[in-house]
Amino acid sequence: MAKKVARAPLDYLNMPAMKAWLAGVFVFLYTPLMILILFSFNDSKANVVWKGFTLKWYFKAFENTQLREALFNSLLIAGVCTVISVVLGALMAFVFWRFKFPFKGPLESGMNLPIVVPEICFGVAVYLFFARIGFPNDLPYPFNLTQIILAHVTFAFPFVAIVVRARLESFNPELEAAALDLGASRFQAFRDVIIPHMKPGLIAGGLLAFTLSLDDFVITFFASGPGTITFPVMVYSMVRFSVTPEVNAASTIIILITVLATVLALRAQSATTKES
Amino acid sequence: MSDRDAIIRVEEVSKRYGKVTAVDRVTLEIPRGEFFALLGPSGCGKTTLLRMLAGFEMPSEGKIFIDGIDMSTIPPNKRPVNMVFQSYAVFPHMTVFENVAYGLKFDNVAKADQYGRVMAALADVKLDHLAERKPDQMSGGQRQRVALARALVKKPKVLLLDEPLSALDAKLREAMRFELAELQDKVGITFVMVTHDQDEALAMAGRCAVMDRGKLMQTATPSNLYEFPANKFVADFIGSVNLFEGTLEVDEPDHAIVQSEELGGRIFFDHGVSGAGGEKMWVGIRPEKIELLKREEGAAPPTPEDAPSGCNVTAGTVRQISYLGSESIYEIDLINGRRMQVSRPNLSRWDQEDFTWDDQVWLRWHGDSPVLLQS
Repeated sequence: MAKKVARAPLDYLNMPAMKAWLAGVFVFLYTPLMILILFSFNDSKANVVWKGFTLKWYFKAFENTQLREALFNSLLIAGVCTVISVVLGALMAFVFWRFKFPFKGPLESGMNLPIVVPEICFGVAVYLFFARIGFPNDLPYPFNLTQIILAHVTFAFPFVAIVVRARLESFNPELEAAALDLGASRFQAFRDVIIPHMKPGLIAGGLLAFTLSLDDFVITFFASGPGTITFPVMVYSMVRFSVTPEVNAASTIIILITVLATVLALRAQSATTKES
Repeated sequence: MSDRDAIIRVEEVSKRYGKVTAVDRVTLEIPRGEFFALLGPSGCGKTTLLRMLAGFEMPSEGKIFIDGIDMSTIPPNKRPVNMVFQSYAVFPHMTVFENVAYGLKFDNVAKADQYGRVMAALADVKLDHLAERKPDQMSGGQRQRVALARALVKKPKVLLLDEPLSALDAKLREAMRFELAELQDKVGITFVMVTHDQDEALAMAGRCAVMDRGKLMQTATPSNLYEFPANKFVADFIGSVNLFEGTLEVDEPDHAIVQSEELGGRIFFDHGVSGAGGEKMWVGIRPEKIELLKREEGAAPPTPEDAPSGCNVTAGTVRQISYLGSESIYEIDLINGRRMQVSRPNLSRWDQEDFTWDDQVWLRWHGDSPVLLQS
């Protein structure tokens, strides 16, 4: 029998079997994405056999007015949703961090509700809500996106609140006291000391809100009125007819946007955390 | 002390949190230009009192006057005091310069004058060469200097310091004691420091207020606190002391005698203790005021040579020795079993060899040394 070797926790990564397992996990996770990206450059209509490199699907995707509109809608919705979610989420986090009030515990738990409620239920609820209050369906563009934006904000801002709330836990209250002591008003202290501390949380939360909004399908499906279409909904309807490499190309662009946004946000975050 | 000289007047101030009384009817005056220390064990209310001076807490009762002005309705950002926080609270996202300049923004100081004042404040704390640094590139001691400069640049009437040396390592702490005292001398601003470290308070402050459980115990100069403590708590809290319970037997203008079972005899005072009153008293004797003398095995009573008139003498055996370099501390068991602490400076390089474990000794102290205390 082979002699047993004592291993430190990090040594396990040097075992060949462990390495193979790790590689397997990565293959399982990323192969579908890789294939999607690869076949967006395939010179064939069918997503089956590699026939040669081409960029024509990208041109085609860009020429597809509907797809372009959908992409622009999605980016617009995600942008507006991010701004509103960051403001609301930050305020909510601040209120729960700073103040004591009756029913704070239940309210704080209730803040997580939009995160745990199944999307399909949330979607139906949003649909019924807008129908019930008779929200106008015939607003001119881009105001016809309002319902989708409102729906997205409802489920995105709690994510911001949770991230910012966690960040505030590490705030040293003496910093705020020091600002007051040096002559700042309560608002000036909030602006000059608390917000800079919140910044990494605001960026991370904002990024979360952006990506959540950008790729949401279920809730958007229920909240969108006639004539408003977002990118995920558009892709879904295209796939129902046939999976063309055009869809691959469009999806690759979305992946690119989200990866880019993530990298930028992580950079911003590491820059601000280094300060504190 | 007349009103005119007091920069801070605390009148009958109490602070209650629900049923807990953090500060209990404290009345205090702090003269202008003094280095004042609020001293006490943790939870004695000293920090609460400091926070009330800064305006972060409001008194439940009583009034605080700073430079003659009632502070009852004045928020922290409008008070002529600035604070150095225990964590230093240096703003992490600003440079050293920006940190120090921050408070000037609210004082209507012209932009042109700001630079000069900030650099002068930084020079006062010897940090002018690091103005562009970020706090995360600085040591704890340097961050404290930033906090000091940031408060002093506003030229406050009083500078409040919350446990200023507690986060520093031992060597730096010692150096900072002198430096803070020098800085105070140089800028001439009244410093009020909170500390639980009696050495710190005695070393730096011109006057100290000792607090216990919300109450003010004694306000005095460091040497008066040590040599003339007002009660048992102060005697015990400041430095080391041997305490013996006893009853006052003779109370004359020029001498007094206390009978103490604990000490196994009578303690002679060569001065009157009039006004002390009360049946049960405490006698306190500082360890360094007791002399150790060699004693013949089993010898008792002491010879007149061992016990000149006006002195107290008792017998004991050396049980423990702590050699501390500059001095040695001896734990002596008295004949009745009570333990007594005696400290002895090592004036020559062989002094620590004079006494060893189980040595028979006389303990002798002058009638001037003990203090009579009420509990």
